Amino acid sequence: MKKISTPYLLLIPGFAFLFIFFILPIANLAQTSTQTPLLNGDTGQYEQTFRFANYIDAFIENREQFSRSFIYAIIATLIALLISYPLAYALAFKAGKYKNILLVLVVAPFFTSFLLRTVAWKQILGEEGFVVPSLRTIGVISESTTLTSTSFAVVMGMTYNFLPFMTLPLYASIDRIDPRTLEASGDLYANGFTTFRKVTLPLSMPGVVAGTLLTFIPAAGDYVNAQILGSPNTKMLGNVIESRYFKIVDYPTAAALSFTLMAAILILVTIYIRKAGTEELV
Amino acid sequence: MTVKQKDASIPTLPLGAQISRWIGRNLIRIYMVFAFTYLFIPVAYTFAFSFNDSGKSNLIWKGFTFDNWMNPCGAPEVCSALGNSIKIGLLATIFSTILGTMIAFAIGRYAFKGRSASNLLIFLPMATPEIVLGASLLSLFLVFQISPGFWPTVLAHVVFCVSFVVVTVKARIASLDPRLEQAAMDLYANEFQTFRRVTLPLVAPGIAAAALLAFSLSFDDFIITNFNSGTVTTFPKFVYVSAARGIPAQANVIGSAMFFLALALVIVGQVVSRKRKVS
Repeated sequence: MKKISTPYLLLIPGFAFLFIFFILPIANLAQTSTQTPLLNGDTGQYEQTFRFANYIDAFIENREQFSRSFIYAIIATLIALLISYPLAYALAFKAGKYKNILLVLVVAPFFTSFLLRTVAWKQILGEEGFVVPSLRTIGVISESTTLTSTSFAVVMGMTYNFLPFMTLPLYASIDRIDPRTLEASGDLYANGFTTFRKVTLPLSMPGVVAGTLLTFIPAAGDYVNAQILGSPNTKMLGNVIESRYFKIVDYPTAAALSFTLMAAILILVTIYIRKAGTEELV
Repeated sequence: MTVKQKDASIPTLPLGAQISRWIGRNLIRIYMVFAFTYLFIPVAYTFAFSFNDSGKSNLIWKGFTFDNWMNPCGAPEVCSALGNSIKIGLLATIFSTILGTMIAFAIGRYAFKGRSASNLLIFLPMATPEIVLGASLLSLFLVFQISPGFWPTVLAHVVFCVSFVVVTVKARIASLDPRLEQAAMDLYANEFQTFRRVTLPLVAPGIAAAALLAFSLSFDDFIITNFNSGTVTTFPKFVYVSAARGIPAQANVIGSAMFFLALALVIVGQVVSRKRKVS
């Protein structure tokens, strides 16, 4: 009854669009990444010389920012998982009739602009904010310690800003668990911890995988948190790519770095999905 | 009886044990209080400082005023930036919802050659870091000598919104009961009538959710916009640029208003869907 051509007709407009504005730009970026400056040319003029050493140069020159991007993103993802898991669990199993309203409240803070939230953290953690003076009074940090312009601030900003990407998939996954499986585990003399380790956690793995990926990918490519909450010593790969584009007009290096970042993320993600043993992504 | 006896035995415990028992029993509630406090700190801060009688730089509390709320366009560029964000957001939402919904129907409803490749093509833009998307599009525009600006930004937003629309609508299609459509066909509805009268109304909430998601993604986007917007300023870009010298309190007003507007929208949506379920 259904015509064979129907799905293809439905796909054509969208895929044509993605081809022109996603595939083509990526291919073009690959091309740019092996260009070299035009002899006697103006700033920003490049010619194609297939110089693959661009990648090596770009990587060596920026290996610090490169490793920082991944370390920050991994730490932020892990902290977000630690914060979100109990929250998602509580929402799914313990919130009762308040479930929907609490779910709205979890997402609500992210209705304000991403940039405004980050600037707010900068001022809260800054010298004029209330956190630093009170921590100094109770002696947790010394008089000379600051919280902004540190890697701590950058990681905490990333954790906060990408939290809903962790909480929502986790909630969706935990909420699908039949509470009777937990009861059954208890009936078979498993204690709370064993039930969690053997039943809840494995059943929520799709959510853990989706959440960690959705948090890690934007975090690794982010430069806004590092820019607003960090210092020159906390610059990430995103900051370098941005300044190569706009300030130095060094397109080949920016392109090479973009590709390295994307390749590294794809490799990490593939290994991770294999290890976590789920193909179901979204 | 036994329960009462248990309760009666509590006061005889030492205070420390009582406290730790109470904490143990309310652990989840205590955790929720901490978690929600953490989540709402920046929102509360933004809201509080929207009432700051701050002049140009909104860094230190100087006194309470309603002026910023009475005059949200008082700071230069705030409202034109907001207007641009809304325009770009609406256009990107319309285009991405149409394209994404068509793709979602194709993938969700039909078995065809290249279906898994299509899924991959949808997944890739979501797995690509925003900075790579933004930088690659800018390179393309530069090659074709299109200067960054309003329309390049709209196109760039459609690229990353489409995938999210597809995923959202596809999930809704997957949750439909196929028997409803079979029933419509049994009642002599043709394919088009079945689609219009049965399938589409059932998928509509998914499409609406996808459109809302697309709008909020576009509205809040900074990285891709920063690469492709040239001299056009959007609201996030405005905040980013003025962050160095302190953003005006009017930006806090707009941020807070957005928060309450979105909250109201979501609550109304929930109430409506619950009423529908009841009736």
